[in-house]
Amino acid sequence: MLLNQFLMLGAVLFAVGVYGVLARRNGVMVLMSIELMLNAVNINLVVFGVQHGVVSGQVFALFVIAVAAAEVGVGLAIVLLLYRNRTSIDVEDFDLMRG
Amino acid sequence: MVAQNIFFGILSAIVVISAVRMVTTRNIVHAALYLVAVLAGLGALYVLLTAEFVATTQVLVYIGAVMVLFLFGIMLTKAPLGNVMEMTGKQWPIAAVVAVLMGGVTIYSLLNHFGSERLVTDGPIYRTADVSDEVFSTYIVPFEAISVLLLAALIGAIVLARKD
Repeated sequence: MLLNQFLMLGAVLFAVGVYGVLARRNGVMVLMSIELMLNAVNINLVVFGVQHGVVSGQVFALFVIAVAAAEVGVGLAIVLLLYRNRTSIDVEDFDLMRG
Repeated sequence: MVAQNIFFGILSAIVVISAVRMVTTRNIVHAALYLVAVLAGLGALYVLLTAEFVATTQVLVYIGAVMVLFLFGIMLTKAPLGNVMEMTGKQWPIAAVVAVLMGGVTIYSLLNHFGSERLVTDGPIYRTADVSDEVFSTYIVPFEAISVLLLAALIGAIVLARKD
């Protein structure tokens, strides 16, 4: 197996996640796309851990998973609050700070 | 070696196709199910990379907890379950160009730098005990910081979401 096939899978996943964050209108979908990007990072961490024969890659992947869980909790609470205040989670409706 | 490559091909095809369907489907519940497929495929890839504990955590935390949270989010925000709401904004061509450019540049630089460097397959295999040894010795301070962060996120989510 080549090192690059895993790294390129991570790059493709990250690019798909970027597309999801930029193009989707639903707030929950934006959060899901962020999860995609975090997972792309995880696979790079694990594969570099294998490549260099260290366990740190796995440890950092675990840390990223824990931070992602916290991020989803707070993110969904924010989306819920937006829905309660504006009765919409369409991110294109939230343009109060547009200059 | 050949078997591993075959499995990598199958799993990465599942992951990439599900990811692309996730960001293009018009039904938000389908998108959540495609995300489950992506996460499960990545968990299997972690097993392929001998990271068994990361794979277990992926299944427990992502497919178990985070997906339930997402489904609750979908239900509580009364997201249109059919094709009622236009799910993709008008600026999607620009987003696609940005994503393709970013992926292209990243893949180009990866090919340039790593070329056909082979993955080290005869290196040490770290089991769950080794991972926990590392977490509770070298990385004890980040571990404690993570636990405080989780507590802060828990309290923050409750404060944000409660009604008063």
